[in-house]
Amino acid sequence: MKNSLNRIFLTTIAFVLAIVWGLPFLYSIWTAFHPEEYSASFVWDAPLTLNNFTEAWNAAPFLVYFINTLILIITILVANFILCTVVAYAFVRYKFRWAGFLFGFVMVQLLISPEILIVENYLTLSSIGMTDTIVGIALPYLTSAFGIFLLRQTFKTVPKSLDEAAQMEGANAWEVLWTVYVPLAKPIYLAYGLVSISFHWNNFLWPLIVTNSPEVRPLTVGLSIFATVESGIEWSLVNAATLMTTAPLILVFLIFQKQFISNFMRAGIK
Amino acid sequence: MNLRLNWKLCTILLILPCSFLIAFTHYPAVQALLNSFWNNASSRRPSKFIGLKNYEALIQDDKLIQVLLNSAFYAIGTIPIAIILAIVMALLVNSRLPATALMRLSFFMPTMLPMVAVANIWLFFYAPGIGLTSQILSIFGIPPINFLGDTDISLISMMIVAIWKEAGLFMIFYLAALQSVPQHLKDAAKLEGAGSVRIIFDIILPLLKPTTIFVAVNALINAFRMIDHIIVMTRGGPNNSSALLLYYIFDVTFGHRDFAYGATLTVLMVLILGVMATVQFWFLDRKAHYQ
Repeated sequence: MKNSLNRIFLTTIAFVLAIVWGLPFLYSIWTAFHPEEYSASFVWDAPLTLNNFTEAWNAAPFLVYFINTLILIITILVANFILCTVVAYAFVRYKFRWAGFLFGFVMVQLLISPEILIVENYLTLSSIGMTDTIVGIALPYLTSAFGIFLLRQTFKTVPKSLDEAAQMEGANAWEVLWTVYVPLAKPIYLAYGLVSISFHWNNFLWPLIVTNSPEVRPLTVGLSIFATVESGIEWSLVNAATLMTTAPLILVFLIFQKQFISNFMRAGIK
Repeated sequence: MNLRLNWKLCTILLILPCSFLIAFTHYPAVQALLNSFWNNASSRRPSKFIGLKNYEALIQDDKLIQVLLNSAFYAIGTIPIAIILAIVMALLVNSRLPATALMRLSFFMPTMLPMVAVANIWLFFYAPGIGLTSQILSIFGIPPINFLGDTDISLISMMIVAIWKEAGLFMIFYLAALQSVPQHLKDAAKLEGAGSVRIIFDIILPLLKPTTIFVAVNALINAFRMIDHIIVMTRGGPNNSSALLLYYIFDVTFGHRDFAYGATLTVLMVLILGVMATVQFWFLDRKAHYQ
């Protein structure tokens, strides 16, 4: 008796919390799919519409923003995979002086990330003439301490006997990396890739500072400019644009949800 | 393994990749320190060495004091609440209640959204009169609150947005930790006659300590570097009431084009983060999260 009361009580708390938590997002969906006059009044049979999406899409160069974000993400992801892999490989497989110090030195980026250093990084970028370019947005993020950390943790678990066996067969350093280490870290690449994609899809401050022209703006910057300039109070358009620009990310996450959570946790904290 | 690193490999494996990292992490930190001793160049004269003048300005900057107080209040207010909520969420999602998958989706969804999108959603949610909060308040006969325009409330409104966005992410970390709590511990406690509340407080929560340390450190760093919602929603206002340190750096440097003072504030920011890292190193068990 007491147990079932507890259960009802807990279920109620859980549902209330989940509903309260979901409200802002659900409200945004409501507004985006209904005509403007229903955005603040909830009538169950309010007519559904996709007009807000088409109107928002035509009101700003969202296609260009999408392409820019994709280029940005792919550039960073490819660079991260290559550069973090080789650094992690060096730390795990080779003995060299100052290795411990150098690792700590690299890990400083976990604490003092490029966002904190916007002032000087902007000066660096303008001195090499890279402001207002997509590569300029990507530059500070090409090597990631977090990626190095994750891959080093993973590479450490690779059995030495596998490495030695490959060497016996005459494999050189690159072949060992490619045939022994990288395949065993596949789940980590997937998990890290998802984290990296979501981080850079969402990144705002640095692209805002670096970009000036619509041709190089990523989605987040484009969205914020659309929301402030274009539409004084047209909330339904702003909400439609907001959902539109985040939908691909949400889809990717929903598809990879399970792998993401399990892989990332296995690597992150033990 | 005792493989030695030759110069060719060392260049490709370490020097090349790390030079990107150093150029945009270590170099700018040092450069900020150097630039903080110089004033701004103008079209008529180049910048000149002024010693500690920028730091004198920093000490006398009343706005900075308010910004630092805001940042401290923001961190102290958001982190514990987000952590407690995350633990509650994780316990609920991990329980045998109905519809846990939907709950998890609801809790985690805000984490997926860009902060700019979150800010847009909450801008509307908060809107006086037409926003959902106003409508809910009016049901209970409470007059609309000016969430973003009131100097007493704007910072708290920003904190609520941050908690909403971050708690779901922390929940995932706790969920992973909860799933690794050995079942036999819980069974043993049950045999001894412990109720669920005692199991949670005496067995589960102590086992969550390493996760909490990990989450708290991340949350602290995030509290200092995430200002997207402030740029979109309040621009630090009204009257500086919602400005955080990084927002102030952004405003001074790119709003007022004062790069010298921006560099000085960056030095302060790096120092604060450095002190926090040192404290964490000394007081917390390192093995708990970074092997």
